[in-house]
Amino acid sequence: MYKFKLALRYLIKRKISYFAVIAVALCVFIVFVVITVLTGITADFKGKIHDTTGDCVVYTKSLVGFGHYDEFIRILRRQDFIEEATPVVKNYAMVSIAESGGLGSYGDYTKEIAGIEPVSLAKVTGFGDWIEYNKGQPSKVFTPSYDVNLPGCVPGIGFLFEKDEEGNYHTPAKPPRAAYEVACIPLNAKGAPAKAGAGELSSKTFYYSDHFSAGYSLDWRLFFLPLEDVQLLCGMGTGHKRITHIHIKFTKGTALNSGTEKVKKLWSDFVDTKKDAPYANLLKKVQVQDWKNFSKMIVALVETQQILTIVCFGMIGVITVFIVLVVFYMIVSHKSKDIGILKSVGASGINILGLFLNFALLIGIVGSAIGSVSGWIFLLRINEIEDWMFNKFQFQIWDRRISSIGDIPNAIDLKVLSIIIACAIAACLVGALLPSWRASRMKCVDTLAVTQL
Amino acid sequence: MNDNGVILKAKDIEKSYRMGQIQLKVLKGINLNVRKGELVVVVGASGSGKSTLLHILGALDKPDKGRVSFNGKDINSQSNRQLNHFRNKTVGFVFQFYHLLDELNVLENVLLPTMAGKSIAGWFVCRKSAKKRAAELLDKFGLSGRTKHKPYQLSGGERQRVAMARALMNEPELLLADEPTGNLDSETGNGILNVLEQLNRDGQTIVMVTHDERIAGKARRVIKLVDGVIKPA
Ligand SMILES: Nc1ncnc2c1ncn2[C@@H]1O[C@H](COP(=O)(O)OP(=O)(O)OP(=O)(O)O)[C@@H](O)[C@H]1O
Ligand SMILES: [Mg+2]
Repeated sequence: MYKFKLALRYLIKRKISYFAVIAVALCVFIVFVVITVLTGITADFKGKIHDTTGDCVVYTKSLVGFGHYDEFIRILRRQDFIEEATPVVKNYAMVSIAESGGLGSYGDYTKEIAGIEPVSLAKVTGFGDWIEYNKGQPSKVFTPSYDVNLPGCVPGIGFLFEKDEEGNYHTPAKPPRAAYEVACIPLNAKGAPAKAGAGELSSKTFYYSDHFSAGYSLDWRLFFLPLEDVQLLCGMGTGHKRITHIHIKFTKGTALNSGTEKVKKLWSDFVDTKKDAPYANLLKKVQVQDWKNFSKMIVALVETQQILTIVCFGMIGVITVFIVLVVFYMIVSHKSKDIGILKSVGASGINILGLFLNFALLIGIVGSAIGSVSGWIFLLRINEIEDWMFNKFQFQIWDRRISSIGDIPNAIDLKVLSIIIACAIAACLVGALLPSWRASRMKCVDTLAVTQL
Repeated sequence: MNDNGVILKAKDIEKSYRMGQIQLKVLKGINLNVRKGELVVVVGASGSGKSTLLHILGALDKPDKGRVSFNGKDINSQSNRQLNHFRNKTVGFVFQFYHLLDELNVLENVLLPTMAGKSIAGWFVCRKSAKKRAAELLDKFGLSGRTKHKPYQLSGGERQRVAMARALMNEPELLLADEPTGNLDSETGNGILNVLEQLNRDGQTIVMVTHDERIAGKARRVIKLVDGVIKPA
């Protein structure tokens, strides 16, 4: 009983224990805020990657592509674990602005192009939401509203517009007339330039019908075009028709691994049936991967960054251990008389150990309570605070004009918070252990004699 | 109990302190029997080892040689657990310098031995009666109005009385008092002594250290420590 009473009194009466509480609170605050924001940014980014990829991709890295895709997509669509599959041709092109329409400056740009079927793509990815003028109506996305007979194209929003300081785009209510000449080097199914000798490029002019915003660098890099047009531009549309990617979305509840394994099996079975078909060699270069592996480079990068940062900030916890250790060493030295008195009335070493560990527990609980509540409030207000700092001092943590991240993520994960609190309390106990152990071993006559002198 | 009611028996107690090279022999073979209900006064020059002896008798310290037995049981061979129990229940110790806990108020200081001897559950069961006993003790020592005060708000004599109430809290068979009047003026000191005499008349066994010749004169049994051994006074 006196253990709790005394522990509480020590906490209140000893100014030095306030420092321990503040140290614990600061550590909890910092780690909580950093992990929340960082996890938010990583999750946000991974969500965007997932949203642009679908669950699983059947693809080749060869610019020649692979054929027989219609047949395989039909097989895929028959599977009950597959929601939708959509063919895509990805390639590189030179894009020249033919009519700027007031958007962008004249010039030639190297861009990634993706030939797509907008309706099925919208079922596999977030495409239907990324577009602005035809949001939710992907079938019309390649139809320019100013002239329905012209071939449309969907550039990334970052190619056309500039962000303002707060990170927002200002787009016109209707797309203005603008035209882009897209030029590619077509390859035939054997991988040779299809138009060897006769001016090796094939090109076509497309008209701005809509733009897309996926929320990251894709918005600067990529042009969406109709599938057939890209196939023709790249030499995949005539003779042996080819594509480069099939993006797949699984039905809800399908595990990523098992779904991907099933697709792998379907693909290898399919390749077996096509052993003697024309251009069967192209099928051998095809791989099947889930979205994480497909975007391994970039996903692994942000994940590694996240882990490293969390480890670095986790080291702050080590500082807590030391601060508590120092504070407890001082308190134990200060309170050695108390220890002697308690022992003289029959308190055991274990009792003394318990007293100081209770004290440490109190410091841990109070400190992490203060740290998490203030961290929580700070996170709820973090975007307001940043806005306020921007308005007042023109200060921004990052430049909204070039970053794809708008708001600072602040979704609170209670599991993370409870782990942080548990670690903080454990750190206090660890830090207190050595001094408390020393206290529990003190001989009562010695401690009482010292203060007599 | 054995030997005509002897409860505390010290035999050939030796104790020395080592300070660097020098070995300081403080006690050189003390033999002492204390009977139940006796008041034993220990006198001696400063530094003669009175406090050291009292600490050893109260199991707060261990002798280098010799045995201390209480009610026939050797306390030097007891386990830590038994020793804690002994310090908690069997002896009450009044220190020369009060030694109260600054963070606790008067009542809590007096309750300390009871709290220290009980688990939380045990404390909740007995807390009413314990508080009652503490209040009675404080009343007896004329401190009933000061139960909520902190030690630093009390005078030396008041603190010493709180320390005495604490020592008596668990109704110990043996009260050990180390110069309970040492830091007090003679009037306050006399008050404390009267209390101790009263306690002794009620049957409390007491071993008390003092410098005060007058007290020594009044006491029935006085022991003098000289050169680490007992000389009859
Ligand atoms: N922990 C210790 N380490 C070293 N020497 C000690 C220790 N405790 C006591 N002594 C020495 O032992 C001797 C006896 O000390 P003790 O406190 O028993 O004397 P005392 O008779 O109680 O004196 P006083 O009347 O002044 O209280 C002293 O010389 C003291 O310096
Ligand atoms: Mg002394």
